[in-house]
Amino acid sequence: MAAATVRTAVIVGGNRIPFAKVGGPYAPASNQDMLTAALDGLVARFGLAGQQLGEVAGGAVLKHTRDFNLTREAVLGSALSPHTPAVDLQQACGTGLEAVIYVANKIALGQITTGVAGGVDSASDAPIVVTEGLRRALLRANRAKRPLDRVKALASIRPRDLAPVPPAVVEARTGLSMGESQAITTRKWGITREAQDELAAASHTNLARAWSEGFFDDLVTPYLGVTRDTPLRPDTTAEKLAALRTVFGRGDDATMTAGNSTPLTDGAALVLLAEEGEARARNWPVLARLVDAEVGASDYVTGAEDLLLAPTHALPRLLARQGLTLADFDLVEVHEAFASTVLANLAAWEQAGLGVVDRTRLNVNGSSLAAGHPFAATGGRIVATLAKLLHDRGPGSKGLISICAAGGQGVTAILEAM
Amino acid sequence: MGALETIYRTPVGRGLARRTGLADPPVLRRGRVLPSGPVALGELADGGVVRQALALLDVRVIDPIPDVPENRTRDDKGRDLPPAYQDSLGALVIDATGVREITHLEGVRALLRPAMKGLERSGRIIIVGMAASAVEGLEARAVAQALDGINRTVGRELRGGSTSNLLRLEAGTSADDLAASLWFLLQGRSAFVDGQTITVAPRKPGDPVGGTPDREHPFTGRVVVVTGAARGIGAAIARTFARDGATVVAVDVPASGDALARVANEIGGSALQLDITRPEAGARIAGHVVTRHGADTPIWAMVHNAGITRDKLLANLDEARWAAVLDVNLAAELRINEVLLDPGLPGGLADNSRIVGIASTSGIAGNKGQANYSASKAGVMGLVWAMKEELVGRPITVNAVAPGFIETEMTAAIPFAQREVFRRTNSLSQGGQPVDVAETIAWLCDPANGGVNGQVVRVCGQNLVGA
Repeated sequence: MAAATVRTAVIVGGNRIPFAKVGGPYAPASNQDMLTAALDGLVARFGLAGQQLGEVAGGAVLKHTRDFNLTREAVLGSALSPHTPAVDLQQACGTGLEAVIYVANKIALGQITTGVAGGVDSASDAPIVVTEGLRRALLRANRAKRPLDRVKALASIRPRDLAPVPPAVVEARTGLSMGESQAITTRKWGITREAQDELAAASHTNLARAWSEGFFDDLVTPYLGVTRDTPLRPDTTAEKLAALRTVFGRGDDATMTAGNSTPLTDGAALVLLAEEGEARARNWPVLARLVDAEVGASDYVTGAEDLLLAPTHALPRLLARQGLTLADFDLVEVHEAFASTVLANLAAWEQAGLGVVDRTRLNVNGSSLAAGHPFAATGGRIVATLAKLLHDRGPGSKGLISICAAGGQGVTAILEAM
Repeated sequence: MGALETIYRTPVGRGLARRTGLADPPVLRRGRVLPSGPVALGELADGGVVRQALALLDVRVIDPIPDVPENRTRDDKGRDLPPAYQDSLGALVIDATGVREITHLEGVRALLRPAMKGLERSGRIIIVGMAASAVEGLEARAVAQALDGINRTVGRELRGGSTSNLLRLEAGTSADDLAASLWFLLQGRSAFVDGQTITVAPRKPGDPVGGTPDREHPFTGRVVVVTGAARGIGAAIARTFARDGATVVAVDVPASGDALARVANEIGGSALQLDITRPEAGARIAGHVVTRHGADTPIWAMVHNAGITRDKLLANLDEARWAAVLDVNLAAELRINEVLLDPGLPGGLADNSRIVGIASTSGIAGNKGQANYSASKAGVMGLVWAMKEELVGRPITVNAVAPGFIETEMTAAIPFAQREVFRRTNSLSQGGQPVDVAETIAWLCDPANGGVNGQVVRVCGQNLVGA
């Protein structure tokens, strides 16, 4: 490799469309539509129309087979130069942050000087899956060379094969939905209903304040008439949330409700990154640098560990490498898959000797419980929000990001304001 | 579209309308297009400055045919006929800067008479005279004002989309100062500016014309900020500046961000989602300019286009509707100017720059149900006049345009019959297009146009309202 020195990758800014609950205003929009809209908003914000960028990295968790080149298609549909290459990445809910890390690493290695990273997800436009029996029969018929073989193949289809397969986000190896898995974790770590509702209420209050202060004026571009995240309920309180019935977990001690779990959401979010010198030469804002990142994985299949506590594996390695403790961070962003995921992660970090997160520094402008969680879009939302918050606090401010993901993985990263 | 409008648009409906005197309005010449016919230059007494200015613009001129007895012919019944031009005239430019006496005005009449029926469609009459303040003596001052009455009448009498405008020169105005305005009035860009009187003065020190500027792309390398740019007139302003070479910062409220992004991407500009009534709005604009174009590329022109209406008769007008309109249309403009005019502010207005506000014929004439809007728009005019005084020592011009009836989403909401009346009550028998307002603003902001300062220019097709 020619480049001997590691360059500094900085976050210049971001753009997302407001997040909207499943089946809502974005129901007619595809992943490509939403990703293109988010990209065009970013291009407009930074005056990049017609320009060629180093690379655009993005992805989606719920993908149609036609979306094999989703990000490249979004670039071609956008105002960017068609000479801008693009790549699709996928790491469940870690997709957006992993795309940021990917672009930052290419910048650090001198392979590109500018890039866009993020993701999109539509829970509304999810692919409908046919049964395994029907799929195999159709493929056999397609391969058949003689008409008789084709008839035989089609004749093998049984009525039960025609039943629709309901779309669901379940773990392949446990068969448990995300909520059911988390209910086990919640009980195991003794996370109370009150603590979850309190965290959920704070998420709504903080996000509502950020919106009313105009914090998102340069981070969000309206889409299809939506100007603010639709899951947001500015007037919700822990008391109101306490009245909701439980939806995950069984028995009297179930604690997880629709109020302290993220709703299924549609949306897209992107981050503009650049090599520091390039950003300064272009007069771009230099909000924060990506200091380091680490991905961890947990042994959740055996039941020995928890599905959504994999950040606990990543974080000790990340902090040790950087010589930091949790007390060194001015701000901490923990993705709110469920309120109890955040609380269980914090408890696990404390148990692992990483220290205690000051709750006044946690998700200060709200997170997924209030904004919603279009899986692959969450990373871009968090990185852009945190970079702006850190920059407002002044150079040297440090922020930590932790995102749990399906498959028992956790992506963590450190940003530092420039 | 209501039933009446639907019928009106059918062939039968149009035929009926024509019979009752509602002729199809002329299609106006627009854009950076000169008249196709020849330009006649009529010089009265000692002129010269107009000829020089036209030469700077490479406009070839022909001699006019004045209506004097020796030029007249007789018809078969023995009646005098005024002389006629062989080919339709593209424009008649009258240099009346030497006219001081009432009897000299006869020369203006003699030049105008053959042109009134001799102009091509979308032709131009341009009268150049002296400002009353630039001449000595009672008669000369009265004569300076007499030209205004002539111009307004010519505008009313012309047909076929032709316009008439008067340029009044302050003492010491040079051909360089005048050229940008002549260029604008001759071209299709001034399509909906009619019957107006515009004062041209010597440009201020530090406001150079530049070497050999690209007249088609005067804003190349310059940053222009346009508020309310997501749609309507604002989007047209952004597109017009971009066509003429500007790097446009398109500003609109966050809720209009998607439309704003489309405009910005279409013209290769950048989008700034901003509520201009926020106290930090001026600083946000400057910050955006610095982080897109650098601290060394200040704003060349600030166009305060954003505006809202909250119409109610005064009998029903509450304090919220009152305050919202005044804050967006007037107070925000004051606050933003104050920030951007701070000398040396990175991303602020350049030492030599332009500011344009949007007034309205409602601000000039008042309008039922628009006390708040009329207050704000008259206030914009007051602000222009006051800032001209305030900025007397800085090479910055401040002007406003006052649009009349312009075809936008906003005016499309007016009931059809009323809308058609608004369209017809001007000398061009039609509503203006957003681009007509945009072109006028771009002329006011032209680097070569340092001579027009402290003016409110109506873009109204010589509307009856507030004339």
